[in-house]
Amino acid sequence: MSLQTEAGVRPVAPSPSSIPAIELENVTRRFLTPDGKSMTALRDFTMTVARGEFACVVGPTGCGKSTTLNLVTGLANPSAGEVRVMGAPVSGIHRDVGFVFQADALFPWRSVLDNVAAGPLYRGAPKARAYEKARDWIARVGLARFEKHYPHQLSGGMRKRVALAQTFINEPKILLMDEPFSALDVQTRANMQDELLNLWSGSGASVVFVTHDLEEAVALADKVYVLTAGPATVKSVYHIDLPRPRIMQEIRYDAAFVEQCRTIWDDLREEVQIGQQRTLDTGH
Amino acid sequence: MTMPAHAVAAPSIAPKTRAVPTETEIEAKARARLRARRTLVLSLRIGILVATLGLWEIGARTGVIDPFFFASPTGIAEQIWIWLTEGTSQGPLWMQILVTLEETALGFFIGVVGGIVCGIVLGRNKLLADVFSIYIKIANSIPRVVLGSIFIISLGLGMASKVALAVVMVFFVVFANAFQGVREADRAMIANAQILGASPLQITTSVIIPSALSWILASLHVSFGFALVGAVVGEFLGAKQGVGLLIATAQGSFNANGVFAAMIILAVLALAIEFLITLVENHLVKWRPAPFQEQN
Repeated sequence: MSLQTEAGVRPVAPSPSSIPAIELENVTRRFLTPDGKSMTALRDFTMTVARGEFACVVGPTGCGKSTTLNLVTGLANPSAGEVRVMGAPVSGIHRDVGFVFQADALFPWRSVLDNVAAGPLYRGAPKARAYEKARDWIARVGLARFEKHYPHQLSGGMRKRVALAQTFINEPKILLMDEPFSALDVQTRANMQDELLNLWSGSGASVVFVTHDLEEAVALADKVYVLTAGPATVKSVYHIDLPRPRIMQEIRYDAAFVEQCRTIWDDLREEVQIGQQRTLDTGH
Repeated sequence: MTMPAHAVAAPSIAPKTRAVPTETEIEAKARARLRARRTLVLSLRIGILVATLGLWEIGARTGVIDPFFFASPTGIAEQIWIWLTEGTSQGPLWMQILVTLEETALGFFIGVVGGIVCGIVLGRNKLLADVFSIYIKIANSIPRVVLGSIFIISLGLGMASKVALAVVMVFFVVFANAFQGVREADRAMIANAQILGASPLQITTSVIIPSALSWILASLHVSFGFALVGAVVGEFLGAKQGVGLLIATAQGSFNANGVFAAMIILAVLALAIEFLITLVENHLVKWRPAPFQEQN
């Protein structure tokens, strides 16, 4: 067996597992506004996510949290600094990356089954195999009876379940989530968070989960990055050592959890206030 | 309905003064109301038709309306009957209809395919769109019916000139809608497909085209009418056969009944095809949430 085999094709990555899954090193990202002005979304941003680690990114609204994710996918390029995935600099969309969007990104003209099977089919899997796998994942998110339904026939929570199945079916080693549950009601959100932890615990994937909800971040993560008001940079990093498995409906009454939230909130509050003040001052 | 809706939930504890209707009773009442309304709408529609035709006929008979210029319902019916049984001056009626339909269908098909292809290509390619948008605007602002004369000169009195005119009529409508549909495709959905592993071609076929489909189908309703106009006007300008020529002949002999009769034939054709397009559309966009049902 030669060492030159393609990393993406082989189930076991040839690089040693000591290399972090995601590294952002002093990354700055600027972009041009439609009227031609340069705007800095990220400044000197450094973040490392180990294999199998669950990292949350919290920060004030509109500070540039989502930009971090776009850099990892390769949909956006850094203006300065370097982004590495599995030790290699990002160039284009990485096979091992999965992404769950904030908005509904399911294909409305495809049934649940066809939506979930999309990933393997795009990647050239045989039809029978893709659908078999899709059925399996649909069952795992508890929607076995809704295979034939179209997205518009499902509730918001069910659509998110489909989105999770659609992402997990590609068995991503890196899972990026951009405020995926922010549009759901409180109870559905807690269910979906449990569902996510459940799916993740069996996958060994590294997760970057962007949210503005601090309690969600603390409840889910191993590591919480607090960002400054835009241009965002890392203000502080907290390690959350609450025991797993965690159950969302219960963890929120856990004293250690409450304590962690309070500490981080003291840190975050200042940035939120700066962000709000800036919005009021500049008017956008 | 005088009972508030929440009273239905607790029938057993209702006071004796007023009987609480059961759900079947409520449903039966609602159905009866629905039926009554449908009957009302239908009878009003028929009433308006009968009144219009009746007044027209009476006017024509009493001389208020001059039937020489404005025809009369019985005259039109008679004309259609003559065409049906004895044929037109250019041959049997079905032959004329067939010729016009063939021109329309060909022009429609070519125009639709061309419009969709160009719309998708330009919608996906910013540079091409920026370069060609100005020319398309210019071409679109030309009154295209006038091109019919050019086509008759260059392509002759046969079918080709009519098809060409129908194509020109259809193309821009479909193109504009396909282009807009491609542009409106959801960014998150495209990014999702990309990350799931779709190639640019797969994105076009599995995301862009389906999401533009609603736009394209909407344009088909309008553009079929345009294709028919193109074919008929083409025949009108110069032809050997077709419904347009029937109108031209009737006009030449001051036969108002003939003009109206041909018009009615065209209207029936347009309605029939419109019905077919709706069927196709409903089949293609099964995934769309059912629109608010109009009860008629």
